Amino acid sequence: MKLMITLTINGTQRSIETELGETLLEVLRREGMKSVKLGCDTGDCGACAVLLDGSAVNACMVLAVAADGKDVVTVEGLERDGHLHPMQQAMVDAGAVQCGFCTPGMLMSGIDLLSRNPDPTEDEVREALGGNLCRCTGYVKQVDAILATARLQAGETDA
Amino acid sequence: MPDRIVPHFEVVGHSETKVDAYALVTGKPVFVEDTDVAGSLHIAFLTSPHPHAHIVEIDTSRAEALPGVALILTHENTPARRYTTAGQGYPEPSPYDTRMFDSTVRFVGDRVAAVAAETLEIARAAVRLIDVRYEMLPAVLSIDAALAVDAPVIHDEDDSTGIHDAARNTVSVVEVDVGDIDAGFAGSVTVVETVCETQYAQHAPIEPHVVQGYLDNDGRLVLVSSTQVPFHARRIVSMVLDLPLYRVRVIKPRIGGGFGVKQEILLEDVVGLVTIRTGRPSLAVLSRPEEFYASRTRHPMRVRVKLGAGDDGVLRAVDMEVISNTGAYGSHALTVMSNVGSKTLPLYNKAPNVRFDGKTVYTNMPVGGAYRGYGATQGYFALETAMDELAGDLGMDPVELRRRNHIRVGETSPIFEAIGEGKAGVEQTVKSCELEQCIDIGAERIGWDAKRGARRRDGSWVHGVGMSIHMQGSGIADVDMAAATIKMNDDGSFNLLIGATDLGTGSDTILGQIAAEVLGVPLVKVVVYSSDTDMTPFDTGAYASSTTYVSGNAVRLAAEQVRDQILEVASSMLGEDTKKLRIGSERVTTPTGEIVTLEDVGLRAFYATDQIQIGATASYVGAESPPPFLASFAEVAVDTETGQVKIIDYVAVADCGVPINPAAAEGQVEGAVANGIGYALTEEMLISDHGRVRNPTFFDYKIPAAPDLPRIRTILVDSYEPTGPMGAKSIAEIGINAPMPTIANAIYDAVGVRLHTTPFTPERVLDALEGIQQNG
Repeated sequence: MKLMITLTINGTQRSIETELGETLLEVLRREGMKSVKLGCDTGDCGACAVLLDGSAVNACMVLAVAADGKDVVTVEGLERDGHLHPMQQAMVDAGAVQCGFCTPGMLMSGIDLLSRNPDPTEDEVREALGGNLCRCTGYVKQVDAILATARLQAGETDA
Repeated sequence: MPDRIVPHFEVVGHSETKVDAYALVTGKPVFVEDTDVAGSLHIAFLTSPHPHAHIVEIDTSRAEALPGVALILTHENTPARRYTTAGQGYPEPSPYDTRMFDSTVRFVGDRVAAVAAETLEIARAAVRLIDVRYEMLPAVLSIDAALAVDAPVIHDEDDSTGIHDAARNTVSVVEVDVGDIDAGFAGSVTVVETVCETQYAQHAPIEPHVVQGYLDNDGRLVLVSSTQVPFHARRIVSMVLDLPLYRVRVIKPRIGGGFGVKQEILLEDVVGLVTIRTGRPSLAVLSRPEEFYASRTRHPMRVRVKLGAGDDGVLRAVDMEVISNTGAYGSHALTVMSNVGSKTLPLYNKAPNVRFDGKTVYTNMPVGGAYRGYGATQGYFALETAMDELAGDLGMDPVELRRRNHIRVGETSPIFEAIGEGKAGVEQTVKSCELEQCIDIGAERIGWDAKRGARRRDGSWVHGVGMSIHMQGSGIADVDMAAATIKMNDDGSFNLLIGATDLGTGSDTILGQIAAEVLGVPLVKVVVYSSDTDMTPFDTGAYASSTTYVSGNAVRLAAEQVRDQILEVASSMLGEDTKKLRIGSERVTTPTGEIVTLEDVGLRAFYATDQIQIGATASYVGAESPPPFLASFAEVAVDTETGQVKIIDYVAVADCGVPINPAAAEGQVEGAVANGIGYALTEEMLISDHGRVRNPTFFDYKIPAAPDLPRIRTILVDSYEPTGPMGAKSIAEIGINAPMPTIANAIYDAVGVRLHTTPFTPERVLDALEGIQQNG
């Protein structure tokens, strides 16, 4: 059964035809958001994490129809005026990107964390990344990148 | 400290930003599945529900009738030629015991049929409509069952080749004797013997295996694959499908991790055949459960180690016996087993008497394959557990016991030559080794002297520290070949074309750095393109810790040739002898300060005088395989009430020669240690008594997440490997071998129990603790 839904994807409202059982992951990839990765399809790996109305969710666990009318942010929507989001830049600078398959989901969880908790401890960062599996890095440099982003953003607020 | 000179480098030795970092961090469509190929068919697999059976009848008529089904492949309509899925050099040291589709299935997950359809949903629905009648055969579901007298024979077909003794389910055997092992033990004061059993584990790259196929405008088959071995994939697909090799092109784009499991040709053959038969593009992706039960695993092993030492702790005899379980097919069966000895025994070269006795057996269980560490992982668990036990019996500090026995610069081991990979190894002398420093630094950072034996209590938790030491190799000496092509552009930039395969490790970046260093330009002026069998020169691929050393040397040689050509042109421009010219900072300088820029050189070479394409291709084969070294230390806490083990602190100190890119090298150690901690504590494929993998999901097969790990501390100790490119050795594999023995030894320090069966789950720890209480 086909249904029309409306999604705001990275600031642009789109009318999208979807099947009843389709997931948000499938719809986003079909709409060209290839940063949203399929790693498990069971909500365990976090490679498909996106921001749905500002909160990180696993897109493979959300039916597309349940996202009707909502706001979605993917990694494709993070750059501003040709500049990387500070957390993207921090990931690059820290050497946190190895294969990069989990990186988009990590960014979403990291951004979600800092929106709720601008000054997290290392343990809080690790907890926030608990649903994002990475097999390449051991997480050291991703955690560093998120902490560095928090420090940078705190500095900007102070200034 | 040995004499060494680490030269000053401009690009090498700096943590340059990865050349693909921007594309990856912005989510660009750079992975196989990110390109929508119009009109592509989707492929789904039917796999065997039985561990061992004949297919008596397979009826695909109901499936074929489903609208949208384009093609169904079974053993009845596919090439019957036997081959190995192991992507190794030719001729592969793995047996040819596999068919695309076989009339006998040998493990739960073995391929029965593939359906290509307009959508994945239709393909999966069609799979469910295939009717198969099986005749059950007795199944072999353990090492002991495989070796039993009158055990069912798993490969009784007459067209498989390269199996040592199929009637006894024995794939491969290696026996090596150095000195006189019995005399060695007779002359020892202390002898320990330990038997360790390791589990089925899976690589779990977050991106599963994926291949997109299509025909190019000339009708050639193009396979875009998440492969570690594009050239081997091309050769094997060409052989299996009986296509001329020149009609196949394999491209590896960015891939989402490999760790050895993508050294296997698992999808390329099927995608290739579907695309050729239908004339249409086709896509196959393994689901996560298929990745667990139908791809490849770390070979489970039983390893017995017996050590004899004098009262000074110096080893007199080392005896290692290995039985490896390769599952239903012999992928990497011989070489992984060989590496259990070849990558471990030379570390303790003081022992004059060494015996290695290795065997690999078939079972009707999931198939083993290459997995980061490649046998050394299993070997070091047993060896470093035995060393700890020996230290205990000698009443010697385990750190001191290692110091008295490990190999050093200028030394060799007969094992280097005695055990190779499918043929004899290569004699070599260690030319760089800072293991002593690694051990000292690690002991100091973990707080060894204060914590060892202290058994600090915190409620029901008891703390302990453990350590182990390691070596690996850098490529397969006299086997692995890599080539690199560099061409100069008219603005003084360069294209670096390499067959080497970046799995996310950063090899494109570090190979670019090596070229940039030689050519005297910043990394940004080297445009790196890799892993395309049409466009890049040959490379055996990303395995055996070969890329930095073997591919790196090829890049260095090509860059040196290009540099010499640049100097020739500059010499005629400047009227100065080439020997007096210096290249650097994107220009060539005379002793008197006259300058031509590389752009000047490029423009002249292309357009002005004696026009020529400045460029070169160079190849490299390692004459030896210099080992990197690692000292590993951990502090653990063991909950004596629940048996849970927590890693409190982890210190890995590595000697990889000159790290070409220190951040990338650290990342390799951190990732390998994290994977090794999972292997030690939680990762275990649970196999039912019917041979079925019971936990093929990330929910039930637990790989470490960020909250499960401490901040892994990596320290790189500089050394200079004279045969390496800019002094470099490998780093990617060694770290994964360390956590299992290190943690086992730390658990012993904390609570006094030795764990010989892996992983160290709360149940196993608690059982061991209760065993002590009962015996006590």
